[in-house]
Amino acid sequence: MSIDTSKVADSNSTSAATPAKPSKVGAVATWADDRLGLGTAMKKNLRKVFPDHWSFMLGEIALWSFVVLLLSGVFLTLWYVPSMGEVEYQGSYDPLRGVQMSEAYASTLKLSFDVRGGLLMRQMHHWAAMLFVASMMVHLLRVWFTGAFRKPREINWVIGSVLLLMGTLEGFTGYSLPDDLLSGTGIRAADGFLKATPVVGSYMSFFLFGGEFPGDAIIPRLYTIHVLLIPGLLLGLIAAHMLLLVYHKHTQWPGPGRTNDNVVGYPMLPVYAAKAGGFFFIVFGVAAFMGGLLSINPVWKFGPYDPTKVTAGSQPDWYMGWPDGLLRIMPGWESEIFGYTISWNVMVPILITPLVMWGLLTMLPFIDGWITKDKRDHHLLYRPRDAPTRTAVMVALMTFYGLAWAAGGNDIIAVKLHLSINQITYFMRVMVFLGPVIAFMITKRWCISLQRHDRDKLLHGYETGIIMRSPEGGYSERHLPISETEAYRLTARDRDEVFVATPQVDENGVAAPGGKLDGVRAKLSTLMFADNIQKPTRAELEEAHHHAEHEHALTAALDGHAADGHQFDGHHAVEGETLRGSH
Amino acid sequence: MSDLEKHDDADDHDEHLPAPIEEPIPNPGLPAHTWRPTDVDEGLAKRAERQVSLMFTLSAVCTVIFVTSYFVFDIGDNWETVGGLGASNIALGVSLGLALMLIGVGVIQWARKLMADHEMVEMRHPARSSDEDRAATVEALNAGFDESALRERPLIRRSLVLATGVLLAPVVVLLRDLGPTPGQVANAAEGKGLKNTLWKKNVRVVRDVIGTPIRPGDLQIGDLVNAVPDGIFDLEGVELQVAKAKAAVIVVKMEPDEIKPGKGREDWSLDGVICYSKICSHVGCPISLYERTTHHVLCPCHQSTFDLADSAKVVFGPAGRPLPQLPLTVDDDGYLVAQSDFTEPVGPSYWSRSK
Repeated sequence: MSIDTSKVADSNSTSAATPAKPSKVGAVATWADDRLGLGTAMKKNLRKVFPDHWSFMLGEIALWSFVVLLLSGVFLTLWYVPSMGEVEYQGSYDPLRGVQMSEAYASTLKLSFDVRGGLLMRQMHHWAAMLFVASMMVHLLRVWFTGAFRKPREINWVIGSVLLLMGTLEGFTGYSLPDDLLSGTGIRAADGFLKATPVVGSYMSFFLFGGEFPGDAIIPRLYTIHVLLIPGLLLGLIAAHMLLLVYHKHTQWPGPGRTNDNVVGYPMLPVYAAKAGGFFFIVFGVAAFMGGLLSINPVWKFGPYDPTKVTAGSQPDWYMGWPDGLLRIMPGWESEIFGYTISWNVMVPILITPLVMWGLLTMLPFIDGWITKDKRDHHLLYRPRDAPTRTAVMVALMTFYGLAWAAGGNDIIAVKLHLSINQITYFMRVMVFLGPVIAFMITKRWCISLQRHDRDKLLHGYETGIIMRSPEGGYSERHLPISETEAYRLTARDRDEVFVATPQVDENGVAAPGGKLDGVRAKLSTLMFADNIQKPTRAELEEAHHHAEHEHALTAALDGHAADGHQFDGHHAVEGETLRGSH
Repeated sequence: MSDLEKHDDADDHDEHLPAPIEEPIPNPGLPAHTWRPTDVDEGLAKRAERQVSLMFTLSAVCTVIFVTSYFVFDIGDNWETVGGLGASNIALGVSLGLALMLIGVGVIQWARKLMADHEMVEMRHPARSSDEDRAATVEALNAGFDESALRERPLIRRSLVLATGVLLAPVVVLLRDLGPTPGQVANAAEGKGLKNTLWKKNVRVVRDVIGTPIRPGDLQIGDLVNAVPDGIFDLEGVELQVAKAKAAVIVVKMEPDEIKPGKGREDWSLDGVICYSKICSHVGCPISLYERTTHHVLCPCHQSTFDLADSAKVVFGPAGRPLPQLPLTVDDDGYLVAQSDFTEPVGPSYWSRSK
């Protein structure tokens, strides 16, 4: 049999080249790479490492619910008619048959009753929107509480904050589209908000509504904003958010072998891709489950929009609730200056406060950076207790949000709890200011107590729950040292440095400008860090351990003895065990 | 490991900060990999494999159920024939939800039990580019700028800024026709604009929806009637909605001596019958919750409360102004009519409402 030389490379290599069996996939990949050069781009990223922790999944919920929103939303557009043209309803839903309504409302009813799977898609879309906004908020809290917003990730924080704002607007424009009585009431209120804008308010209202409220332009315009403008922005921002995530590499929790200079975890292919891809199916499935079993926004019960009608308990979707709550508890202040009307009662809670709060949220990393003047890159997370002031600031903001949100349901609270709506409102007027302060103080002290507890654990070991009685009759609790891994984890955090205002030159050798501002910064820095409990130094740790050894020496006679307590915990055999053992 | 140790105590402090205090506990390094039960016991691995494939198979079954449900369950007129609930929606939602979730859970189970679980270590790099790269970029930018000749030819630079700057004008101008201005719409005769409604002298007050006129004697103490101006139902569509959004009123009857008429409003009510705009002066919801004993009416949107016996003064809540009052009288046939339009704009406040 002669040797087939066609496959021998025409080089002087010692071995014959044997090309792999040509596969179809390989051929396609080659074809694509010849034109796109994907090989180089993918070489590194296919095995990119992602660290694992349950809290990293929160943002993923937002990402996947956005995909569910896109898919279910496209389905809805196939039937929904964005028109305020009036028709007489003749569909399947009997109670509304013969009623005059807009085409928008009629087509929403059609989707709900006459398109198979239409109600499911509507409800999935609405539930996914809830998940989207809620998971963005929880993700934001996670990022703040663990310090993942610090350099170099401040820009991603800003992008996330814009995403939250856009998601909220997308939600508002979306739930306004069915043109039912409830959503129409929301648009009516929005018209009032626009009109409260100084100078140009009535013009803004006329331009948005194409004339007098309600007009026939608002639904088609909101539709364009909802299906084109904002989704486009969201897509772009999400892409940027993800690209930065990949570029910065994900933050990780400190631990043995996990430092600020590396990232430890599973490679994207196959483990992370499988986990993330699988999680997409779970989020999608949960949305389908909710859409199938949990009724949401049953617009057929509200009837078509009529500007003379309203229902008790009219409320926006929950994420719009907090400005609505502020609107409810705001005193009815309105003033006239040179004959012009200024509606403080609408402007302050709706036009000013939400923007100020959003601006503050967006600026948090920069305010923080200005106080700490920390220019290092941070890739390790910390526990909320290890940044007591930051944690307390966010809890204060959350308290403000929660109280304002609850005020948005003051009528529901009054009915369900048999309280006076007036008293709830007066209570809330005070508590939106007082509540955050109280929350700040409690949270900060709580964090510091937890830090103290961690320090005690490091220095004196953990509490075994074993009470010892000394020959003199005194009682003490036995402490045992914690494991090396845990001890390392507890110490793997930064030491806080209080900024001290110095009128001389700073570390760069440059004369410090703005001495006054430095003073403010020093005060804020003191407020932020001075009370924190720092991790012990090596000397302190050695000293404590030395002390502990001394203690152990005193009780050494008890080692392995009935009094070492281990026979009570049920986990250990007593033989061969010492109190300074290998915990 | 050696790679790790090298970076364990790597100094991530920059030179501007005081030297770091020695870490109390050295980094023990990445713990050794521990094998999972499925790694060492082929039986367990096989079991995991069966679990995963069972989930995938069940998912396919659920998809079949979904498709079947799509055709089996009625919607439309018969949407609640099965069990008195939307059987189609529930069947579709549950089967689709399970079909998707089973894939998801299966894939994750596969990843956790059977895919390699060796943790990998990747080194980070500073987000910033290197000084050389920065310098090269600045150089390139400068070269580009130099070669563009923009520096030496300020005329081009300035006129370009001008030309692109004024391009903003079309963007603004093009949006002008989004709507008319309030001034363009205003027409007192037709009841158009922010300051006018369909109410005019001698326009009858008719019940909303049915359009019948009202005699003061038809009403009993404590009654509240939702009313609109006569002739409003000749309009339809948008025009009707716009007219209603401003002209809707509530007519209430109370004991005549309970009414504290406002200044100059002594003859605006009739025999205890008094009429106010139904549109809240806060942000425009139709107010509707009336408490007859106190004569308070409450807006369900933001709980502004108005005292109808006292010129609809705000007694609680965020509204800044009373509800506008419609002056009433009766015509020759004894039906309630308006004396005139409202004497102030109805609905939410705006900048020039008093002008």
